Amino acid sequence: MAGYYHQEDLARFGEMGENAPELWRRFLEWYGAVFAEGALSEREKSLIALAVAHAVQCPYCIDAYTEACLQKGSNLEQMTEAVHVASAIRGGASLVHGLQMRNAAAKVSM
Amino acid sequence: MSNAFPLFEESLRASGLFPLKATGISVFQINVGKLCNQTCRHCHVEAGPNRKEMMSRETAELCIRALERTTIPTVDITGGAPELNPSFRWLVERSRGLRRRVMDRSNLTVLLLSSQAGLAEFLAAHEVEIFASLPYFQEQQTDAQRGAGVFAKSIEALRLLNELGYGATGSGLTLNLVYNPTGAFLPPAQHAIEGDFRRELQRRYEVTFNALYALTNVPIGRFREFLEASGNYERYMTKLAGAYNPNAAAGVMCRYTLSVGWDGTLYDCDFNQMLNIMLDHGAPAHIRDFSMEMLNRRRIVTGQHCYACTAGAGSSCTGASVK
Repeated sequence: MAGYYHQEDLARFGEMGENAPELWRRFLEWYGAVFAEGALSEREKSLIALAVAHAVQCPYCIDAYTEACLQKGSNLEQMTEAVHVASAIRGGASLVHGLQMRNAAAKVSM
Repeated sequence: MSNAFPLFEESLRASGLFPLKATGISVFQINVGKLCNQTCRHCHVEAGPNRKEMMSRETAELCIRALERTTIPTVDITGGAPELNPSFRWLVERSRGLRRRVMDRSNLTVLLLSSQAGLAEFLAAHEVEIFASLPYFQEQQTDAQRGAGVFAKSIEALRLLNELGYGATGSGLTLNLVYNPTGAFLPPAQHAIEGDFRRELQRRYEVTFNALYALTNVPIGRFREFLEASGNYERYMTKLAGAYNPNAAAGVMCRYTLSVGWDGTLYDCDFNQMLNIMLDHGAPAHIRDFSMEMLNRRRIVTGQHCYACTAGAGSSCTGASVK
């Protein structure tokens, strides 16, 4: 078996309940409630999930939420903007740590 | 067919619906032929400009004669592009003369053909309800499914219909849009996407409509070819079967529809028609043998493709079957 990620593993996600069924049940119940229509629509929640999937770089989540976004009626423009939001936060998060670099440099510099 | 999901009949049995039976006929659906001015990539009819199958006037007359003997309230005319059948306007006039509600399943672009001059005005004059295919409010997705340039023409046709009063509250002229996914995925909830369509079509093109209906793509015809060529068939079928909803199964449109083929052959639905799965279990085979008594409670012929109409909120020719 080459590599760590296998597309077919996504369908096996349920196996994670085999040795901790109660935790799995609670996870699924909570997960379902999170994605149900509330103050945010299901479509908006799927776009957020797609962005987060890119931020955490989970290929399973990217596959799942690309399809979920399409299925909820989003289009590639909206989905691409969502990925840019994730990228901007990741980029911004790196940049803002530059202040830590500046602080550290200032501390040891004359 | 894969063994990854149960036979549709088994799912029906598990929900106490086997054998599936009609609950009366309230929709008389006439497929007048496979000729179309478009060649859409998802078309279950595999319609196109080169198709020759066309309902004759003689068969159209048999349809009207059958209708006359009933009080079936709705006549649903489909194709192909049904307007291209030389008997289309005759069928509309006769059906309206019988005081039936008439639905035209239009691809929109047909309204702009020079050979169809006055068609939109004709539909308005007879208060025909238009069910217009528009898979998305953007050009890219629409043209990918329906052909290059179709989106722009569809918008032009929608504007023409709006000018005639279609889609305006209180005009009595109903313009409904039909959404279907532009790929191997299920449709969103109707209410969720209708707002997007309404806002975007108004904002971008000043187009208005009455309602949007979301349909699931049925894995037959060109859509099945796409699924197989793109390696999505098994996954799509598994998804459909996994989304089986007993409430949707109880309300499937074949239970209240009779589907007449271009040659007068009778079917339970337009999808069975395209698969050449005729009525069975003792029901009449042809419109010339129409018998309300024998068709009203007929047993319906089902197959694995039926999972498309029972997935999630269900899917019928008028959108979700579980509102």
